[in-house]
Amino acid sequence: MEILLVLGLPLLGAVTLALFGARRFAPELNVGFSLATLAAAALLVLRVIHYGPMLIGREQFFVDSFNVFLVALTAFVGFTTAIFSRPYMRIEELHGSLNSLRLRLYHSMYQLFMAAMFLALLTNNMGLLWVAMEAATLSTVLLVSLYRTKASLEAAWKYFILCGVGIAQALFGTILLYFAAEQTLGREGMTALLWTHLNAVKGHLEPRVLGLAFVFFLVGYGTKVGLAPLHNWLPDAHAEGPTPVSAVLSGLLLNVALYAVIRCKVLVEGSIGVLLPSRMLMTFGLLSAILGAFFLWRQRDIKRLFGYSSIEHMGIITFAFGLGGPVANFAALLHMTVHSLTKSSIFFTAGHASQAAGTQNMDGIRGLVGVSPTIGWGLMLGSLAILGMPPFGVFSSEFLILITAMRGHPWATPFLLIALGVAFAGIFGKVQPMVFGESDAQPLPHSPALVPVFVHLAMVLVLGLYMPPALAEWYRAAARLIG
Amino acid sequence: MVTRASIGPLLNVLASGLLLISFAMLSRRRTQRLIILFAWQGAILFLSTCLVAYSSGLTELYYSAALTLILKVILLPWILHRLISKLGAQWDSETLVNIPTTMLVGLVLVIFAFGLTQPISTLATTITRHTLGMALAVILLAFLMMITRRKALTQVIGFLAMENGLFFAATSATYGMPMVIELGIALDLLVGVFILGIFFFQIREQFDSLDLHHLEALKED
Repeated sequence: MEILLVLGLPLLGAVTLALFGARRFAPELNVGFSLATLAAAALLVLRVIHYGPMLIGREQFFVDSFNVFLVALTAFVGFTTAIFSRPYMRIEELHGSLNSLRLRLYHSMYQLFMAAMFLALLTNNMGLLWVAMEAATLSTVLLVSLYRTKASLEAAWKYFILCGVGIAQALFGTILLYFAAEQTLGREGMTALLWTHLNAVKGHLEPRVLGLAFVFFLVGYGTKVGLAPLHNWLPDAHAEGPTPVSAVLSGLLLNVALYAVIRCKVLVEGSIGVLLPSRMLMTFGLLSAILGAFFLWRQRDIKRLFGYSSIEHMGIITFAFGLGGPVANFAALLHMTVHSLTKSSIFFTAGHASQAAGTQNMDGIRGLVGVSPTIGWGLMLGSLAILGMPPFGVFSSEFLILITAMRGHPWATPFLLIALGVAFAGIFGKVQPMVFGESDAQPLPHSPALVPVFVHLAMVLVLGLYMPPALAEWYRAAARLIG
Repeated sequence: MVTRASIGPLLNVLASGLLLISFAMLSRRRTQRLIILFAWQGAILFLSTCLVAYSSGLTELYYSAALTLILKVILLPWILHRLISKLGAQWDSETLVNIPTTMLVGLVLVIFAFGLTQPISTLATTITRHTLGMALAVILLAFLMMITRRKALTQVIGFLAMENGLFFAATSATYGMPMVIELGIALDLLVGVFILGIFFFQIREQFDSLDLHHLEALKED
């Protein structure tokens, strides 16, 4: 029932907003649907806490500690982004970059995108997971090109083609997985693509096929995670799309894609052992972390800057999943949470900052504290949090990842430290002059909704200072599932 | 009448046809010709799915064959055709550099695909097992086409040809995925082409051309 609500509410929202998305009250409607989805997700979480993992709808849907935590996170960030987007998109409309028809498209696609992500998270069927991931891409392509500028069209085209080709590789992986599973589970009852069934027989799946399948899965879904060298679409899509879209792409979609990779990894490890999957995840992860960190230096556009920071952080998380074991998995899951919260809050402030300055070019953004102390301090605190300054939660998770790496794979530690150090210097050096100093930026015509920024940052702070035992237990349970 | 024993070789013939069309696509300049080739690929897929359905006796596969016929032989080529006539791009052609080199790279890809799937195809119990390598080759050739071409429409046809290869892999290795999944994939594909259609008009409105050379402004500086 709760699953049906979580999936159905955003879908209903998409249809409703397709009809009324051009009206004045559409942003409020968007917030309302997101709030209702959040409530449904909360019910689902309560249910899983009370009754444990469950299978519903002829085993087509499946909830365990791993995905329910992501569902909660997705619903929460989806809701706060809708709150942020209300004044933000009104200002964009005032500036004349959008009209009410495009706002209708935006609102409707926003809800559809949420629905696709929930489907990807909740489905037990590896084929449906693929369909949902593709649907998530399709629903955001037109959002990236919402402004119809040359740059945004180019970004959306790149996004479509790269993610389309990438996800085609994942489909080949799915076919190979089905091919292996069919020989063990048979065609009858259509169980051969159900994750729970595959998980039960993973020891008997043909290792050669699964090894090949994993390569295709990692390349396919990895493109959507933004892993280097398949990351090219990510900075463009983040920079050229409307800011609420950048926030949900970075904060949510990347997580969901990584979730798909990890689900595959669990199956493959049961068949061929941990060596190949963990090596591959570690290599791709480290490469992305380092490449992301170094490319930060060359950015001029504020949203591109934080797009590259997302590549760096997804690299660190992927690396941690590659390390494996309870501690590293715990740290990776924690990092997924804090990155998602922090990065979306940064995009909120960065969006309003560029509206106030009239440009996304960082050279043109100066003295934010003078124009609006909340935007300025929000951006400063968010940047400090994402850079892993204690006492924020990002520090705890990065610290855990570092010490686990030192113990198991000492060779990787210097690379990680270089990535973190380079990213620190790169981001801090660019954010500091934007926040302080003289300014000629204009005050915003609508007062921005910055409560989400500080709520997110407060949560990240709490996760860094004191993690409630219930939450810690939850993360541990999820980490155990991943193995 | 086709006997069940003769289906294996027949399927191999069809698979070779698919591969041959992929090579033809690599060397065609005119967009309209490419759409026709794409429709032919769909027709071969339809035939091969029907054959597999007949030999395995799975009725589900007849549905997926019908889906292929409607979607890939009729609907998608028709949409693409309408699109290029609306865009006035029927007579568009692009200059291809180095067709011989592209062909050679294509050949290497085919050998690579066969090498990669060799150990796996011996595991298959289906009569269609040798075709897995062909399917991967079709996917890789479509990929090559997307890399070498600079026109938006050509890249999309490459993308669709890649999907054809995937579909062929699904029928040849596993007798097709469950129907729900296939419907989902078909829906995604159709929506994708619609979105691309909208996209083409937006691109042309902004750039006055569908040449992707214009779409190279976002680079790292």
